[in-house]
Parts: sequence; structure tokens; C-alpha cells
Amino acid sequence: MSLASLDAARGAPDEAAFGAFASRASLGQSALALAAGAVWLGFAFLTLRWPDIGDWGRGPELAWAAAIFGGLLAAGGLFGGLWPRAAKRLRRSTPWFLVLGLFFSLWQAATAKSTLLPQPFFPPPHAMLEVFVDDWAKLAESVAASIRLEMLGFAAGASAGFVIGVLLGWSRAFGYWAHPVMRLIGPLPAIAWLPIAFFAFPSSWSASIFLIGLTTAFPVAILTWSGVASVNMAYYDVARTLGASPVFLIFKVAIPAALPHVFVGLFMGLGASFAVLVTAEMMGVKAGLGFYLQWAQGWAAYANMYAALLIMSLMCSGLVTLLFKLRDRVLSYQKADVKW
Amino acid sequence: MVSAALKTAPASAGVEIAIRDVSHSFDLEGAPLPVLENVGLTAARGEFVALLGPSGCGKSTLLRLVAGLEPPTKGEVAADGQRIAGPDPSRVVVFQDPTLFPWRNVRDNVSLGLEAQGLLKTSGARIDATLRLVGLENFAKAFPHQLSGGMAQRVALARALVNDPDLLILDEPLGKLDSLTRLSMQGEIVNLWRRAGFTALLVTHDIEEALLMATRVVVFSARPASIKADIRIDKPYPRHRDDPDLVARRREILTLLGLDASW
Repeated sequence: MSLASLDAARGAPDEAAFGAFASRASLGQSALALAAGAVWLGFAFLTLRWPDIGDWGRGPELAWAAAIFGGLLAAGGLFGGLWPRAAKRLRRSTPWFLVLGLFFSLWQAATAKSTLLPQPFFPPPHAMLEVFVDDWAKLAESVAASIRLEMLGFAAGASAGFVIGVLLGWSRAFGYWAHPVMRLIGPLPAIAWLPIAFFAFPSSWSASIFLIGLTTAFPVAILTWSGVASVNMAYYDVARTLGASPVFLIFKVAIPAALPHVFVGLFMGLGASFAVLVTAEMMGVKAGLGFYLQWAQGWAAYANMYAALLIMSLMCSGLVTLLFKLRDRVLSYQKADVKW
Repeated sequence: MVSAALKTAPASAGVEIAIRDVSHSFDLEGAPLPVLENVGLTAARGEFVALLGPSGCGKSTLLRLVAGLEPPTKGEVAADGQRIAGPDPSRVVVFQDPTLFPWRNVRDNVSLGLEAQGLLKTSGARIDATLRLVGLENFAKAFPHQLSGGMAQRVALARALVNDPDLLILDEPLGKLDSLTRLSMQGEIVNLWRRAGFTALLVTHDIEEALLMATRVVVFSARPASIKADIRIDKPYPRHRDDPDLVARRREILTLLGLDASW
């Protein structure tokens, strides 16, 4: 290798055709990927060869999946230089893959292979895999039901909270009547309404929509209000001298200026509403992940509970991600301050 | 390019602004704080009047009254004999801060007034022409946070001029700009005024700026503001800051403001 080509490789390491061996940094990356691959292969070996102390299904399937993943990681470490772009994207995750492999191995050893953790409360990973593979239809149905309920309640609450917030910020008369009511009802946890809501509404499902909406509406209203109230007064002066009507001032000045605050309110409302969603599903609604969780507990199906928990957190995180994506789109004129 | 742009914008004839015996006070925790006292001033059509005075003397308040953003406590402000009862797009203001709407790009900021008046659909060419007029045709899609202070103030100027105003109210529009941008924009504003023919009211506390730009300089006392002197500047443009007449005028105004000993 000539000096010139070395320089070229150093100058543009990602495009280097020399692949994994072009520089010391990528050599370290390759070693890390190889180590991660070895950990996953070790996990596969441990799962397959160390006999289980109990009876859990899907052990071999998990072992083979882990072996394939480990093999791919190792191959990526050796030949990643051939696909520099894909390798670059995966490189960021390599340390996580390594640590996850170690975590799975420990988990496996402590649950399925030894009595370190008491059974049946701590099922091994292949018991969870069994749940995902065998009970996916019911899980998917539960996720769909949860998202439907959450979205209906959140949409209703966010719309109501937004309208109330704008009116609070705009109209003194509305504030006079609405403000004391909000101060009384807003801070009350919506769960406290649960017993009343369940008999006041025709179904526990519609009651839950109301409660999720109530939880969402409060922070959205407060933040929208503060957003409208804190709009730079000079914006109104500018718009008024240019011939703006009151309607124009509300819809083209106050609301767009308040939107960054509104999204903070939506984020807070969404977070708070998850608690109500899960509680409502556990207490009365006969569908959704909360119900699944409750049902699994009734059968002492601990693997199912962990599986439902994992899916629930992925669902909540996914919904928050969606909200942030929407915010980034709507507020694209801003430099984003919080990345999710 | 500038002359082409001007052909699409109809020339306005300006407006006569009459401030008749205006007094104004703010309500400060129950006690009235007088800011203007018996101010009488008439700006003829097409005149460029600079209002000079110590900081916080109430010049900006006077501009708010002329813009119709507030009614005067006493007295009357009239445009061509008609009492000013509220804001109107024929009298637009350029404030010290550009106050561009951060969620709108440059073009949408400039078109704000036309949109508010329901003229947006028929005035695309006018918006483009005004952007060219202030030299920002290549920044139409940029957002305010991407602009320098001078560019932002140019957008604010375009946002005002696109409405083809009879009266342009300039409330220390160059006050926050760096001195080089300031010098070039002083010339630009004078050129725009000379071409379009609107009446201009400029609040500033930069004596040199007032002398370089205005046809008349009105000097105010400290709060509550009243008129101390009304000086006509009959000098052709472009004016030079070293012009001995202007230097003499500057000394005269400094004396009026009680600052002659400090230089």
C-alpha cells in the first residue's frame, strides 16, 4: 500500500475500498463486532448445550436465531468494509449488541440453567420467545385495541384542551368561568373518576375514552393557554397595522406562535394518558394490553406478562416518537431543541 | 431590475398627517404618567420628518398614536383631515425589532399584510417585485432565524412597502443594526422614499441619521415630550455627513438637547 493510498483512506475512511483494514479505528471496530458475534454465539451454545432445569419451549429456536445473529455480526466485523455504508450504520449499535448478548446470557444462566432466580416468577428468554411465537395473534389484537382506545381518547382530549386553552388565552369572560373549574378538576388524577365513570357511561370503553381525554386535556389546555398568553405583543401590533382582523389575529398569529407550547402540552398529556389507558384496561375494558396483562397474571403466566410489558413499552415509546415526528414536521422552522 | 420592479408597484402620493394638540399619558398603577404634552405637528404629503429626542421621551408613543394602535388621551391625529380611529394598512410601521413571524418564511412574512387584507391571490408579482426591491429575491424561502439582523430588517421593510403605504412609520428601524449595515440602509430607505413618494415619519436618537435622511427634523424635550425645535433641512440627496451645513446643524441640535459640552 503506497503512502498516497494510505492518505486517501485516512481522508475518507467511509469510502475507502480497503475495507475493514484501512485504518486503526476500523480495525478496532472490526474487533468489537467480532467480540459481539462471539458473545451471541456463546449465548446460543449456552442455550443449546446447558440443560434447562425446567420445561420451557422454543429453546432450540432461540439458540439458532442467536447463532445466526452472532454469525452475521462476526461476518460484518470481517467483511463490513465491502459495504461501507451499511457497516457505518450498524457500527453505532455494535456496543449495544455486545452488551445485550451478555445480558441474555446472564438472564439465561440465572433462570433456565440454575436456581439463582426463583421460578416461575422469572421466566427465561426462550419462554418469552414462546409467547411471541405462539400467542402473537392475541398480542396483536391487544395492541390494536389499546392503540384504538388511546388514540380516540387522546384525540378528543387534545382537541378539547386546545380549544379551551386558546379561549382561556383569548377571552377574559371565558377565563372568568373556566379558570376556577380547571383549577378544581385539572389536578385531580383521572383515575379517581374511574368508579363514577364506569357507571355514568354506557360502557367501560366509552368511560375510558372520557378519562383518557380528561387526562390529556388538562396539560394541553394549560400549555396552550400559556402559549397564547405569552405571544409577543409586537406580533399583534405588526399584524394590526397591516390590516388584520381579530379572526386573523387568532388563527394566523396567536395559534401559530403558541404551537411550540402546545406540543409540550401534547407530550405531557400523552405521557399521563398511558397510565389511565392501562389502568382502565385492567379495571374494566375487556381488551387491550392492560387487560392481557391482568389476564396473564390470573393464569400465573409470567412469561406472557413480561412479553406484554415489553410490547406495551414499545407501543408507548412508538406513540411518543410519532408525536415528536409530527412536531418536527409542523415546527420545521425551528431548530429542534429536544431530540427523542 | 429596480425600475422594472417599481413599474409593477403603483406610486403612492403620500398623505398629510396632522397631530393636533395631542397629550397622552399612561396609567401607571393608578397614577397617570404623562408622556406627551400638547404636541402639534403637521407632516405634508411626501415629507420625510425625523423625530429626535432623548431616550424614553415619548416619540415612539407618538408613532403608535399615528399608526392608530392607541387613541390619544387628548387631542386628535388626522390623516388627510380624517381622524385616525384605528390601524390601517395605508399607514404601516417598521419597528426597531424586525418582529418577523418565525414560522413563516421570508416571502410569507412579506405577504402578511396582503393576506390579512384578502389580496394574496392577486398580488404574487407585487410580492416578488418588493423582494427584489430590498435585494432579497434569493432568500424568499429562508426562515427568519437564518437571516442576519440587516436582512431581517430589510424583510420588515418589504413587509411594510408591499402594501404600498401612504405613510411609512419608522420606529428606530436601524437602532439595533451594526454601523455599516446602518449606513447602507439609511441610503436605501431614502431611495425607496424618493421613488415611491410616501410620507415618512422616523423616530431616531441618532442626530446624524436624522440629518442625512429627513427633510425636517423635529426635536423633542424629555418626558413629557413637547416640541423644542422644528428644523427644515433643504439639502439635496445623497447627503454627506461631512457637509459643513449638516455639521453646523448637528451642533445646533446637540445644544438643544443639552449635550453640546459632551463632545
